[in-house]
Amino acid sequence: MSKLGNLGARLHRGEISYDFVGRRKLWYGVSILITITAIVGLAVRGLNMGIDFQGGAVFTTPKTSVSVSQAEKFAQDAAGHEAVVQKLGSGGLRIQIAGMDTTKSDATKVELAKDMKLDPESIAADLVGPSWGDEIANKAWEGLAIFMVLVVIYLAIAFEWRMAVAALVALIHDITITTGIYALVGFEVTPGTVIGLLTILGYSLYDTVVVFDSLKEQTKDITKQTRFTYSDIANQSINGTLVRSINTTVVALLPVAGLLFIGGGLLGAGTLNDISLSLFVGLAAGAYSSIFIATPLVADLKEAEPQMKALAKRVRAKRAQAAAGEDTPRTRPESDDHDDVPAAVVGPRDQPASRNRGRGRPSGKRR
Amino acid sequence: MAAGATRAARPEREYEKVAAPKRGRSASAQSKPGRSLALILIAIVALTGGMFASGHTTPRLGIDLAGGTSITLQAQNEPGQPNAINKTNMDTAVEIMNRRVNGLGVSEAEVQTQGTSNIVVNIPKGTNSEEARQQVGTTAKLYFRPVLASEPTGKAAQPTPSTSPSSSGTSGSTPTPSGSATAGQKATSPSGSPTPTDSATSQGRAVTDALKADATPSGTPTAPASGTPKAPASGTPTPPATGSAADQKLQAQYTALDCSDDAQRAKADTGSKPGDPSVACGKISGVWYKYLLGPAAVDGTDVKNAQAAIDTQGAGGWQVQMNFTSAGAKKFADVTGKLAQNQQPQNEFGIVLDGEVVSSPFVSQAITGGQAQISGSFSQQEAQSLANVLSYGALPLSFKVQSMTTVTAALGGEQLHAGLIAGAIGLALVVIYLLVFYRGLSIVAIPSLLVSAILTYVIMALLGPAIHFALNLPAVCGAIVAIGITADSFIVFFERIRDEIREGRTLRPAVERAWPRARRTILVSDFVSFLAAAVLFIVTVGKVQGFAFTLGLTTVLDVVVVFLFTKPLMTVLARRRFFADGHKWSGLDPKGLGAKPPLRRTRRPAGPAGPVDPKEA
Repeated sequence: MSKLGNLGARLHRGEISYDFVGRRKLWYGVSILITITAIVGLAVRGLNMGIDFQGGAVFTTPKTSVSVSQAEKFAQDAAGHEAVVQKLGSGGLRIQIAGMDTTKSDATKVELAKDMKLDPESIAADLVGPSWGDEIANKAWEGLAIFMVLVVIYLAIAFEWRMAVAALVALIHDITITTGIYALVGFEVTPGTVIGLLTILGYSLYDTVVVFDSLKEQTKDITKQTRFTYSDIANQSINGTLVRSINTTVVALLPVAGLLFIGGGLLGAGTLNDISLSLFVGLAAGAYSSIFIATPLVADLKEAEPQMKALAKRVRAKRAQAAAGEDTPRTRPESDDHDDVPAAVVGPRDQPASRNRGRGRPSGKRR
Repeated sequence: MAAGATRAARPEREYEKVAAPKRGRSASAQSKPGRSLALILIAIVALTGGMFASGHTTPRLGIDLAGGTSITLQAQNEPGQPNAINKTNMDTAVEIMNRRVNGLGVSEAEVQTQGTSNIVVNIPKGTNSEEARQQVGTTAKLYFRPVLASEPTGKAAQPTPSTSPSSSGTSGSTPTPSGSATAGQKATSPSGSPTPTDSATSQGRAVTDALKADATPSGTPTAPASGTPKAPASGTPTPPATGSAADQKLQAQYTALDCSDDAQRAKADTGSKPGDPSVACGKISGVWYKYLLGPAAVDGTDVKNAQAAIDTQGAGGWQVQMNFTSAGAKKFADVTGKLAQNQQPQNEFGIVLDGEVVSSPFVSQAITGGQAQISGSFSQQEAQSLANVLSYGALPLSFKVQSMTTVTAALGGEQLHAGLIAGAIGLALVVIYLLVFYRGLSIVAIPSLLVSAILTYVIMALLGPAIHFALNLPAVCGAIVAIGITADSFIVFFERIRDEIREGRTLRPAVERAWPRARRTILVSDFVSFLAAAVLFIVTVGKVQGFAFTLGLTTVLDVVVVFLFTKPLMTVLARRRFFADGHKWSGLDPKGLGAKPPLRRTRRPAGPAGPVDPKEA
């Protein structure tokens, strides 16, 4: 069995665990730092919107022997923007370049004509509007808003509102980081980018929900025991699903990484970069935020609940007692007789396995 | 790690003793895996067979991947509305055209303005470009106008007009009807327009240049005015009965009109305002009729939606059914109520689409209920295309096709090639990873991915002809991310099984116990994806909608594959000794997974110091 399988076993038994929840301040800090960088990047550099969003100029040439890739290069040199070049049925080329006004398009036309050895007059230049117009954008925002509301309601019903809030925070975190990195790298935003972002939105929530599902299951009977606080159990839950998270992330990232690094990097498929970058960053951020941000955030919110506060108090009291004198376990039920006695008794008796594993865990945490 | 393999036999038997009672309970649940597997295999075979039978063995590709056709439309200046071509109207036209060609958002057609008065429509290869041209070019101005007078022209024409008695002075004003009486003169008959310009090709029933060129000046003095009635310019929308100058002009125009002539017909109704009476042509049962029509009583904006349907009561042809808005329904009830009191043909109303009467049913009583049908001689495709344009409303301008040309893929061929190679390498890495990590379980994992991939491919190929679905680069990337989501479903399941084995269960109970929990996780998380897909599909338009469709499709397929393939296959395999005995290459070796020793009560001494731990540490 691979090392990871072994790791899975030890994570399962709680022999080893990373204290995700305990060290949440560190990861909150890291995330806030990255998010601020992303926002600054967005504010300073802005997004480089492609022709589909802001319109631009389209140049139609007469029949020419210049190849599509040559023309792409010429256009890029002439305009400083990425250009979309298509060959027409007539044998001419259609060259679309984003962000052009009339004066700029005239200058580009002359330049293009020189490069392609054509008469400037023979090239038709026209300004084009965005194909991804305001209506598509507005409807997309509207759809997103409705979806967000519905998903929060759904998560609040299926789980609880704290988890819905945490999932939403993680989602915004992922989207901000992805767009921020996009601004910093300076790739042109195409419809592909937006589709990539929407894919991320779906994936980020999906991944968070998988992690939350395990969290919900593990914390079902939390008030019936006094060994662990909510944070402890949240941490165990993350560690328990860690192998799944790693596997899923690897499997999801490998093909995208292939597109980005092999396709975009080595083979030079430039236009693939914009989609694969947003997917790569987004998938990684989505997996990261489910574990390092969303779950600790739920733990924070839950710990603020009076019920959980009381539980944490009892757990602390018990641990202090256990540390003070290594008494027989039999004294423990008496120590929380002020609340929930039968459950506290039943819990350990019915689940000796968890007691044993539990013994390993807190000490493991303190290590 | 693999050291425990030799010792596997002994504890395994003990595990079975512990878990034995569970087996009986889960036996019924396990009895149907074969059925599920057969079901999905039949589905795959049927879909694949359907794909080959339909002849569409590859998905339609978007413009970015395969190129297509580019149509340039130019907005036409209409008389009386010199400032109609402005940014607002152009943008509205782009929106409406976009919906017409890309109603579901999956056809990957692109519509954008070019310059000040042009609209470029790009449609992917494999689309019927003629149909698309009609879809975008049809103005779809729809009016319901009461019929004041009508008569057949052309072949079956009667020499004497059969106008109704109440119509104002028909015979008096223009005693010489245009040369419409003689049969067989269709194309070359005297025509009212010496200048064959401006004809609205946008109607889809295109006027060919040849016919226009053939048109010769007619001998009818009133004819030249017929193209653009000046009546609206007078600014007084007068009812036909008053016999005003404008009205007489219209009457003259009506008399002069020869609907069997394409050029005349094309411009018969151009420029008329909905509030004024007008003349129009219409082909009813293969014969051209000319109509004198009253002001529009109901118009296209009153139509809420429209759909094509087979006429069940009448002749059985295709028709377009319209549902009116509440205001439209009221207007329609009013006008039909009035018309019902009149004599033939004044109890008819003409359904005028882009200046042509497509149907002129008569009414015998007021039609309430807010529904109406257009039953012309439609083919199925015509009916559907008309319903489509009516649903999305009329264009604010009329357009003329300026050019149609093919364009190559926006994404260069070599780039696509590089992308495919890269994607293949990425997938190979996924397979290797699964093999290394899950070993024997890859027998479940890799076919699950494969089944999912086959289903996705086949369904996308079939959706090409069915709903114009086209696969573009973002959709391909979405499908790649779907690999992650599909994989996640069985990864969740596998990890649950392994957790159960670690608890000390044998494989078969472990599978049956792991499944309900894994199933819940899969359903809950897939529901979120599906919710995103459904909301975005309903609310948005264009490419976002196309994305939502792909997301929804892959999500549903994920659930189908995991329920009908992954789980049953796992159940079947759990019966094989190779897996059940926890062979070290099976990916389910209890030793390798670090399962707990079997006897729980004596766990404490055996537990941490048991035979399992040392080799793992």
